Amino acid sequence: MLHVFFRRLIVLRHIANRVLLVIPTLLGVALLVFFMLRMMPGDVVEVMFRGEGGNVPQEVVEAEKARLGLDKPIPVQFAKWITGVVQGDFGYSLWTGKPIAHEIGIRLELSVQVAIMATILAVLIALPLGTLSALYKDTWIDQVIRVISIAGLAVPSFWLGMIIILLLLAVFHWNPPLIFTSFFEDPMANLSQLIWPALAVGYRYSSVVTRMMRSTLLEVLQEDYIRTARAKGVFERLVVVRHAMRNAMLPVVTVTGLEFAFLIGGLVVTEQVFNLNGIGKLFVESVSRADNTMLQALVLLVSVCYILVNLAVDLLYAILDPRIRYR
Amino acid sequence: MKLRTLLFAAMAVTFSVPGMGAETPKRGGTLNFAVSAEPPNYDCHANTSFAFIHPVRPHYSTLLTFDPEAYPKIVGDLAESWTIAGDGLTYTFKLKKGVKFHDGSTLTSEDVKASYDRIRNPQGGAKSLRQAAYVDIASIETPDPLTVVFKLGKRNASIFASLASPWDCIYSAAKLKQDPRWPERNIMGTGPFTFVEHVAGSHWTGKRFDQYFDKGKPYLDGFRAVFIKGAPMVNALASGQVLAEFRGHSPADRDRIVQALGDKAVVQESPWVCSLVVSFNTKKKPFDDARVRRALSLAIDRWAGSQALSKIALVRDVGGLLRPGYELAASENELSSYPGFSKDINASRAQAKKLLQEAGQSNLSFTLTNRNIKMPYEPVGVFLIDQWRQIGLNVKHEQLETRLYLAAQQKGNPTYDAALDFNCDFMDEPNLQLIKYISDDKSSINYAGYIDRKLDELYEKQSGELDNKKRYAVLREVEKYELEQAYIVPTIWWHRIIVHDRRLKGWKITPSHYLNQDLATVWLDQ
Repeated sequence: MLHVFFRRLIVLRHIANRVLLVIPTLLGVALLVFFMLRMMPGDVVEVMFRGEGGNVPQEVVEAEKARLGLDKPIPVQFAKWITGVVQGDFGYSLWTGKPIAHEIGIRLELSVQVAIMATILAVLIALPLGTLSALYKDTWIDQVIRVISIAGLAVPSFWLGMIIILLLLAVFHWNPPLIFTSFFEDPMANLSQLIWPALAVGYRYSSVVTRMMRSTLLEVLQEDYIRTARAKGVFERLVVVRHAMRNAMLPVVTVTGLEFAFLIGGLVVTEQVFNLNGIGKLFVESVSRADNTMLQALVLLVSVCYILVNLAVDLLYAILDPRIRYR
Repeated sequence: MKLRTLLFAAMAVTFSVPGMGAETPKRGGTLNFAVSAEPPNYDCHANTSFAFIHPVRPHYSTLLTFDPEAYPKIVGDLAESWTIAGDGLTYTFKLKKGVKFHDGSTLTSEDVKASYDRIRNPQGGAKSLRQAAYVDIASIETPDPLTVVFKLGKRNASIFASLASPWDCIYSAAKLKQDPRWPERNIMGTGPFTFVEHVAGSHWTGKRFDQYFDKGKPYLDGFRAVFIKGAPMVNALASGQVLAEFRGHSPADRDRIVQALGDKAVVQESPWVCSLVVSFNTKKKPFDDARVRRALSLAIDRWAGSQALSKIALVRDVGGLLRPGYELAASENELSSYPGFSKDINASRAQAKKLLQEAGQSNLSFTLTNRNIKMPYEPVGVFLIDQWRQIGLNVKHEQLETRLYLAAQQKGNPTYDAALDFNCDFMDEPNLQLIKYISDDKSSINYAGYIDRKLDELYEKQSGELDNKKRYAVLREVEKYELEQAYIVPTIWWHRIIVHDRRLKGWKITPSHYLNQDLATVWLDQ
């Protein structure tokens, strides 16, 4: 009993260490993004007042800059922003004047859902295809799967998205809904909008995971313990599922996790193609509007996503691989 | 061939129903339309973009407005009637009776005064981007609840038309008293539609205001503006999810939508009060030399360019400082006599080379700073570079994000060589269009950095001239002088193309994408 307790304590300490490491990482990210954005010429007030050719007197421009605190020295601006962040207050969008948490909140559900749907699709496609490809190495089955997966890596998601939309328009004279409806309000409306970007992104994602699954499974199938299991007369299905696949999953889990984190804020072009009101589109709009406070918050959000996913992957490692659990 | 037939049919239908008044409007339905950008806040007085006007204008009324059927005729919106004193210094407006705000309160002259006082002299942290337009107003008086009197300090040829500006929303005086910044976050006007919701990044909705002062209108039950741009917007139009986008399409997008919608498409086209101009940084050598600037203008074959570019970009007409076709604009004959507008391009280019040689700049290399917005900036930028190549110059095309583009043209410290700039207004009015060309210290949108008091004097002279014939003559002086100096030179004027679904009725194109957007007369034939 005592050794179980100590083992759990070690795991908890490991998690606590990882969580504590998050603080300097995020601080570093915050510093980097804040100062890099300030190095770029131009600002939100110029874009807002002059982007459309407005005949706005310079004093009005300067007064607005002062109101937004853009006239203050950069270290003062940083101190004010970071103090707020530490207290969980990301401030206000320089463009809309609304709280950043609100602006991100209305878009996060969509982005997370697309990421989850794409991940489910990718895993459902990749695990069987990758396994079959490894088990039937160099046969026609392997060749076909390799063509499918390499095509998935070569074709950009946004291009596939455009093709999907054009096909829907040409064949069915139908375009996915333009406005997001929550899955919990109307599942059909929700899925009819999000299934297409999930497919476009999920195909590329599945190709990455298929390739990873195939190569790691091929490697594991050469291991001594697989040979031993076979020599002992264990059924081939058990050898593959229980011994080979389980061990081959470790790098697959890592890749899946990183891809998932990427999807939260990385669907920049795909969200434009499908006109999805998600985090990626907000990123692009914030760049063009020079909305620095929003950009800072978005970069931090994506960083937190990566960190949390990495943490989850670490924990999954411990579940999948007893050697890590007992180390 | 099939596309051409469809396009022809679509356009023929549009132009065969001028005014579209022949049909009886039907009540009901929700209009879905696209807007390719989104407003930063809800304050009419502090915005400059069509992205604001298209979703917000249906909630508000203005004192005057442009007749939706007969631009540039001005009619009353909240004003029932008006008189202008013989000396041109007093404008008296009688307001319509019983006009209600969306909260049920009644509009009075105090609301009009409070709104215009806010535009002229914003207080309490409120912003106004149009103070300059009303600088000649000395006072606003309200002798009774339905009369408002504007008294001018000096005559101003554009003041009456300015009062029809779509940006001059009339707010509730009570709300402004409560908080001068109230309109930044709230919508409450006397317009045909009440505000329902704005989901950031997604859409904006309004619903019919049953107590709208123009009885029987609006015809729609409501509207939904969907924020969507680029290819997804064209797809949404092609699939009928949205019935229109009111800014403008490129010829290629027009053709695609017409092909998809077939005989359900209606095309409306109009000249546009928007010009693309080349601005030279006169604070930088050799652009401080008028010979170099004039040579660069002379090298541009605007007439041939308009023919070629109008097939691929939303530009078409050749014009000077004012929109070709506008009553105060130069005629084609007058225009052809200005430097850079001659129809003999070989002679112009020979003159350009001579001027460059005189200035010691025969092998000039420079950068053309442009926006990274495809329509119409990119094709016109490429065209200009080719024009300058033909007189032996080497020009680099730099396409920048809006923030970097604006930073390069920063007032006081511009860093660009030459920039493709734009000049868009809500109406044809020299007082608006010429602001671009007056001295740097008098204009917020002159990025060329020069001071030229002769231009400023000519501007003031035409501004105070109420006789159109005399004003026309002064304007020719302004135009000729500016084009000889060539600080900022027009290239080709924009051309507005709108494709909408046949079900959308009661909307007529105007030369400005800021006008005719209150949707009061729009109805759905379904």
